[in-house]
Amino acid sequence: MINRSLLLKLLSGLIVFGAWEIAGRVPISYAFPTFLESMAALARMTFDGTIFVAYGETLRPLVVGVAISAVFGIGIGLWIGLSKQFEWLFSPIFIVMQAAPLAALIPILVMIYGIGLTSKVFVVCIMAMPVIVLNTASAVRNTPVSLKEMATSFLAADRDVLLKIILPAASPVIFSGLRLGVSAGFIGAILSELKITPTGVGDIITYSRSIADYPSMYAAIFSIILLAVLFLNLLEKLENILFEGNNRGYVSD
Amino acid sequence: MILFGYKLPALSSLILWALLWEVVGRLELTFFVPPFSEVVTTLIALIPTPAFLSALGITAAAFGAGVFFAIVIGIPVGILMGKSRVLDELLLPWVNIFLSAPLTALVPVLMVLFGFGTRTVIITTTLFAIWIIILNARAGVKQINRSLVEMARSFGASPLDAFFKVYFWAALPEILGGVRIGVIRAVKGVIIGQLLISIVGFGALFELYSSKFLMAEFWAVLIVLFGLAFALSEFLAYLERKVSYYASSRG
Amino acid sequence: MSQIKPDARQAIPATDSAVSVRNVSKVYGDVQALKDLTLDFPRGELTSLLGPSGCGKTTLLKIIAGLLPATSGEVLINGRAVTGPGPDRSFVFQDFALMPWATVLRNVAFGLELRGVAKSEREAVAEKYIAAVGLAGFEQKYPHQLSGGMRQRVGLARALSVKAEVLLLDEPFSAVDEQTRRKFQEDMLELVQNEKKTFIFVTHSIEEAVYVSDQIAILLPRPSRVSEIIRPASFRDKGVANIRRDPEYLDIVDRIWASLRNYVE
Repeated sequence: MINRSLLLKLLSGLIVFGAWEIAGRVPISYAFPTFLESMAALARMTFDGTIFVAYGETLRPLVVGVAISAVFGIGIGLWIGLSKQFEWLFSPIFIVMQAAPLAALIPILVMIYGIGLTSKVFVVCIMAMPVIVLNTASAVRNTPVSLKEMATSFLAADRDVLLKIILPAASPVIFSGLRLGVSAGFIGAILSELKITPTGVGDIITYSRSIADYPSMYAAIFSIILLAVLFLNLLEKLENILFEGNNRGYVSD
Repeated sequence: MILFGYKLPALSSLILWALLWEVVGRLELTFFVPPFSEVVTTLIALIPTPAFLSALGITAAAFGAGVFFAIVIGIPVGILMGKSRVLDELLLPWVNIFLSAPLTALVPVLMVLFGFGTRTVIITTTLFAIWIIILNARAGVKQINRSLVEMARSFGASPLDAFFKVYFWAALPEILGGVRIGVIRAVKGVIIGQLLISIVGFGALFELYSSKFLMAEFWAVLIVLFGLAFALSEFLAYLERKVSYYASSRG
Repeated sequence: MSQIKPDARQAIPATDSAVSVRNVSKVYGDVQALKDLTLDFPRGELTSLLGPSGCGKTTLLKIIAGLLPATSGEVLINGRAVTGPGPDRSFVFQDFALMPWATVLRNVAFGLELRGVAKSEREAVAEKYIAAVGLAGFEQKYPHQLSGGMRQRVGLARALSVKAEVLLLDEPFSAVDEQTRRKFQEDMLELVQNEKKTFIFVTHSIEEAVYVSDQIAILLPRPSRVSEIIRPASFRDKGVANIRRDPEYLDIVDRIWASLRNYVE
């Protein structure tokens, strides 16, 4: 059965990329290169190193922004989850942020912080932060009551309950919040390169579009999507390995 | 939170934040944050203007069309995936890829293919919303009770009948859950599309305000947008809760 | 069959109480969960709190544990009033309350870990009790790798390893299957004999209560009160295999059912 599933995956890839190739050969639009042309452009950029330089540029605001969001997001989330007052005060902001199209804040950020790295980091932060905060808070709130009671009945201090029960119990959901934060951060990083100033991969996309080098443009887009998907999948795998059995072992299973 | 024995409503702290905003604005700490009251006054003056109404209309139309396509295509595809194993195995990897992919990167492609207009915005919106709708519809069909399917069969339901009378309704809670998340994503999609194209709807409005440094106008539009997005998501969550009663009671 | 009515309770000879509940009431909002409840738990014996669901038996147990405050009244352990959880009591949870991210060894040693006992020392104690509940060899396993019955043995070993004088068990066998449950009940009898501890055992199973108890307190709901205290006399020493056939055992089961049947919805 593993073979069948692998076969179908290959077939599915073949169909999609084949369709891309055929659509490019027709061509359905002057701006639609074939799959092979795009891959050739990607190979060229990989070999002459352009793509690595570009990623160095693109990933910087992403890494910085996600790191900041992780530290503050988890901190604020813990606080919201632990204190009713703090929840009342802060959670509405993040609930609204979660639903709102935060991309609309970009022009204001640019006005305030200019077109440099700061603005881009901010964009990544506002995209990544809400889901990290809300996941952390709900994970803390949903710590099984019986585990907390257990610790209390065995004379745990508040600090012990937090460090030995609440944090470990919440960590799988916090981690998946971080993964979703990274996913949103990718959107923020790309958006800021396309909207604020073209640097890195955004620069390749914008520049090759302006000189009508569509294979390079498609190659850059293909590579950034591929990178994001691979990295997020990796995080998901890591999550499964790290927290294997963490959500089981309760009475219900 | 409970204060002096009164239970404060869930979002009441936003009033406190608005007050803080007012104070920061009054102190003139920064040019970028005008007092909240000024923003509200501007907002009231702004709403009836043709520029705002047309931006809102264009955005609502693009959003509505995008969500419409996402739902009309997404739900049947999801249900078919839930029913057919081959189709599921062929499509699922792609659905998962597009679900987590930064779709923003595709907007430049859409721009060169479909032009700098509403068409691109609609497609962006659909692309943001459709994957989670497919995935949830699929999950909804997958969890349908086998005996329900056998019941339909034993009473001689035709495949088409089974599709509309059994699968759709049995999977409805999950489908609605997917539509809710999809719609929230669509709101972000429509704004991202307009921002990048920047000559239609709110995108054009933002461009105008930021080039002229009209801060009060900018914040006013943001408040309207965020408020609408939040109200929409709460409304859908309310609908979902109304349906979930029968989801919890089904066997 | 010696049976003692609540008002004759003071007449129990020669047993002092490890735990005394004095006029305890508990009110949740406007629901009266417990009303003016007074009950004694003789030292070294197993007392069951038996009653239909909603009779407040778990509430009472958690008040004794110090996990819930009583609205009025007090609980005395060896004459000292309970103000919160203490080292003299340990709790076995209905849903086991094992930490899924910790091994069996760490779970069992957790009570000692919280008391600041050194790692090697607490693990030695934990290993001893893991063996005592029949789980030797499973020290490095995680809860999700164990069956429900084994998980509750871990919970029991954890409660035993802190060497508390009073063991509080909240429907400990309700989440395990029937065969495991019977084995547990037999083990309970042995444990009560060997450990010289005071056991307070909450259950909703009449047979289970009669089988394992030295004393059964029947609680009736809304508001919760002790309706009757029964002390089985004759079958305790006849061996585990014979209890369920003993006429007194069967009589008591029938009698309790007769008084509880009106409270079944």
